[in-house]
Amino acid sequence: MSKNYETVIGLEVHVELATKTKIFCGCSTAFGGAPNTHTCPVCTGMPGSLPVLNKQVVEYAMAVGLATNCDITQNCKFDRKNYFYPDNPQNYQISQLYLPICRNGKVEIDVDGEKKDIRIHEIHMEEDAGKLVHDPWTGDSLVDFNRSGVPLIEIVSEPDMRSADEVIAYLEKLRLIIQYLGASDCKLQEGSMRADVNLSVREVGAEEFGTRTEMKNLNSFKAIKRAIEGEMERQIDLIEAGEKVVQETRRWDDTKGASYAMRSKEDAQDYRYFPDPDLVPIEISDEWMDKVRDAQPEFRDEKKVRYKEEYDLPDYDIDIITGSKHLADIFEATIALGSEPKEVSNWLMGETIRLVNESEMDIDDVSFKPEHLAKLIEMIKNNEINRSVGKEVFEKVFKEDIDPAAYVEEHGLKSMNDEGALKATIEEIVANNPKSVEDYKAGKKKAIGFLVGQTMKATQGKANPGIVNKILTEILDNM
Amino acid sequence: MSILELTAVELGKKIKDKEITVVEATKAALEQIKAVESDVHGYVSYDEESALKRAEEVQKGINDGTYTGPLAGVPMAIKDNICTKGYTTTCSSKILENFVPTYSAQAVENLIKEGVVFLGKTNMDEFAMGSTTETSAYGVTKNPWDLDKVPGGSSGGSAAAVAANECFMALGSDTGGSIRQPASYCGVTGIKPTYGTVSRYGLIAYGSSLDQIGPLAKDVTDCATLLEAIASHDEKDSTSVRLESYDFTSALKDDVKGMKIGIPKDYFGEGLDEEVKEAVLAAAKTLEEKGAIVEEFDLGLVEYAIPAYYVIAAAEASSNLSRFDGVKYGYRAKDYEGLHNMYKKTRSEGFGAEVKRRIMLGSFVLSSGYYDAYYLKALRTKALIKKEFDKAFEKYDVILGPVAPTTAPKLGDSLSDPIKMYLGDIYTISVNLAGLPGISLPCGKDKNGMPIGLQLIGDCFNEKKIIQAAYTFEQTRAYEAPAIAKGGAK
Amino acid sequence: MANHIDDATIEYVGILAKLELSGEEKEQAKKDMESMLDYVDKLNELDTSSVEPMSHVFPVKNVFREDVVTNGDGSEDTLKNAPEAQDNAFVVPKTII
Repeated sequence: MSKNYETVIGLEVHVELATKTKIFCGCSTAFGGAPNTHTCPVCTGMPGSLPVLNKQVVEYAMAVGLATNCDITQNCKFDRKNYFYPDNPQNYQISQLYLPICRNGKVEIDVDGEKKDIRIHEIHMEEDAGKLVHDPWTGDSLVDFNRSGVPLIEIVSEPDMRSADEVIAYLEKLRLIIQYLGASDCKLQEGSMRADVNLSVREVGAEEFGTRTEMKNLNSFKAIKRAIEGEMERQIDLIEAGEKVVQETRRWDDTKGASYAMRSKEDAQDYRYFPDPDLVPIEISDEWMDKVRDAQPEFRDEKKVRYKEEYDLPDYDIDIITGSKHLADIFEATIALGSEPKEVSNWLMGETIRLVNESEMDIDDVSFKPEHLAKLIEMIKNNEINRSVGKEVFEKVFKEDIDPAAYVEEHGLKSMNDEGALKATIEEIVANNPKSVEDYKAGKKKAIGFLVGQTMKATQGKANPGIVNKILTEILDNM
Repeated sequence: MSILELTAVELGKKIKDKEITVVEATKAALEQIKAVESDVHGYVSYDEESALKRAEEVQKGINDGTYTGPLAGVPMAIKDNICTKGYTTTCSSKILENFVPTYSAQAVENLIKEGVVFLGKTNMDEFAMGSTTETSAYGVTKNPWDLDKVPGGSSGGSAAAVAANECFMALGSDTGGSIRQPASYCGVTGIKPTYGTVSRYGLIAYGSSLDQIGPLAKDVTDCATLLEAIASHDEKDSTSVRLESYDFTSALKDDVKGMKIGIPKDYFGEGLDEEVKEAVLAAAKTLEEKGAIVEEFDLGLVEYAIPAYYVIAAAEASSNLSRFDGVKYGYRAKDYEGLHNMYKKTRSEGFGAEVKRRIMLGSFVLSSGYYDAYYLKALRTKALIKKEFDKAFEKYDVILGPVAPTTAPKLGDSLSDPIKMYLGDIYTISVNLAGLPGISLPCGKDKNGMPIGLQLIGDCFNEKKIIQAAYTFEQTRAYEAPAIAKGGAK
Repeated sequence: MANHIDDATIEYVGILAKLELSGEEKEQAKKDMESMLDYVDKLNELDTSSVEPMSHVFPVKNVFREDVVTNGDGSEDTLKNAPEAQDNAFVVPKTII
């Protein structure tokens, strides 16, 4: 590379809103179900059907706009975006072009301690398309409209990002804000958060932007990072070879680590937007805006401060727990049931994160009930089970969300706290291990550890280690 | 007097009084359909069996007190762009040749509750695009007054069926005059309600910002009664307006004393047939004699309504009709290679020439680089036209004028020159642009015996004023049916 | 005739509208569109620079639906008119992305 280049990146992020029903009809947005079961004349574009706007969509969009410092367009409306594709039942998508609900926002990102604002150009509301599945047997494609009409917001950033790390930080920031609002679960893998990357390169110091391409089909942070790096190289190679970058949409294939142009002669990018005559304008009053603003939850930065003040947790713990709205919710719900904050934090930071990593799942998919963690903590505190049994039980709680009390009962895992019964076992172990007794008596106090271990083994780990220690010391000291 | 000569409300009364049964009335209409349909061709389809079955059910419902309204038991027809559950709805297009809706339009639902009997679906210009009913994929409808002439359009089938006594009343739809102009050509009465009065849910869209469903019948009373039955606030239609009152029949009063009627000079200039002009001005005179204050005034921008309309309607249509693609319903081409070829073949084979013409124009005016110059310009013109009407209604209760420049033209004469055909809508189109209510009713005949229509235009949601003026005028003349209406004689 | 519609434009509009016109139809479409546009150009006589485009005639605003599920399994009705269906889904020619 003879010259120095910088990458200029803007993002179009689609987020599926967490409404119960679709944007323009009363069909469920629930995942799953056989094809076309969540459909009606409206979301399948039947002749004569008409859309009616879901109010919750406007409130979620407004909430995200307010949380990202946008101006709310108090008079906004919907437009039709016209293009033919089988997943688009009316062959137009109801979206917003001329008067999007939010404009001129910004969020602050932090990459390696460097803070930077990423400006948001606009946020608009629109409907999702259906799903196309290719049938390899017949060579045809199958259309399922279950997702058709699911509400989306599209968050369009300014071209303010310069690296993959900044892009990821920006996406993480958006994800947290939206999750905290409860407006979406923002899962990249499942497609409830999707990012299209607009990327161009230019020589460092250049005023003008280079020609940009748009990259689609990025469904993980890793894929986004790889796609950005791949596209950056591709564009630089073109420029270095004296060729031109063509403005086009490209599809990223993560398994091949390469992208392909999606153009065809039949896809003229001329969407013929015009105001949708079937929908009336939306007027957002100051009162409505205030109501939505007042209902905003405690965001991450506020939570961090409070956790420090109220619970005196280490910064590291606070960072991890508030890094997922879901984890923070579990944390707070468990405390609300009476558990000690630091103890709850330890279970989340330790065992929970370990098991999440081990099973390669998303922290947001952790699904045990706070009640079960609280109960487990309580049982340990009351010496009903010991800590190592506790870890075993927690694994069950984590994986199957079992009721720890019932499980302990059923599997006879209760701690042996009965001194009489334990004493007999311990006396037998002492008698069978004269070498250790000798060592102990000779001043090697550590030898007691072996005897404790033997006792735990004999009791299948259920003995209360404190009691075992006490009895052993008594016996040995009296010998 | 034969059953067929009764108006819908007269028939409803006789059914209620047990003088006529619903089955008798339905059979009479079906007999007439069978007698004249080969000449008139008002219907795309009709279903004798289901009509008679429904007639029996309705009779039971009337006997047990379920149906008590004035139209209970009255057999009627529905324009074929209005969805009827379980019954083919084609828009007179090949592309919907086999489309059977799984839901009914809200207007149809309202009529089911009234206890009417549906006979069949009436012919129309394909997707309501036309003024002659000649662009139907299912044959041409003929004017019952003269089978060599057009019935008007796009609700030509509905108007012809009413005139020929093939039904007692019918639903039409009006985007640029499609109820009023065929009513005028066929010598019947029709109302285009204020935009938002009748739900558009289930009306297959042509120009969504202009379309309204409305009644066609023999007289003003029938139209007002039918409008009262179909109008409702519908939560399924965002553009449906919640009215304070859905009463229209209380305006059926023979009284125009003190009513201010304005006659736009611009409606009586070049292009208006002399006989039509005379008949319409005579009607104005009659209303004046009955006590109305009639004066001429300048309504501006009349000549800009048609170009603005064709841009807006074509743009909306190009988008509305993109859903017909061979994927979900309707016609799909037989041989194709790949997706885009399937789309193109399906649509090119499925749509007729006039529909394609308007889709092409609509796609063009919305395309990159032309949107501002054409589409926005048209929407701005629409705003100015609305303002002109607002000004007029500060002074007048009702605006009076012709419906169309001429009486019904000969079959085949109009289609050759689209612009000339579009010009025929000059008096009706601005009413749709401004969302106003308009009524068309017969006011005379030309020397060839063809009916002439009178149009009364009201301010938004002031249907009652035009109904009252129309009713008052109607009291001065008797309803006249074409010869074919009386027992099928040509 | 102020407006001139060339072959490329007709071709392009055909792609947008998904209509395939025969040679004869294309010539007719060019003529039709030219005469329509000439006619529509009449609007340029009006000074509309200070006029807001009017898409809705009445000031009806904020028509909403509450976020409540009202529809059940609609697949049977949805697929009833399908030209071709399989496994509860519409069948279309292979879509290539």
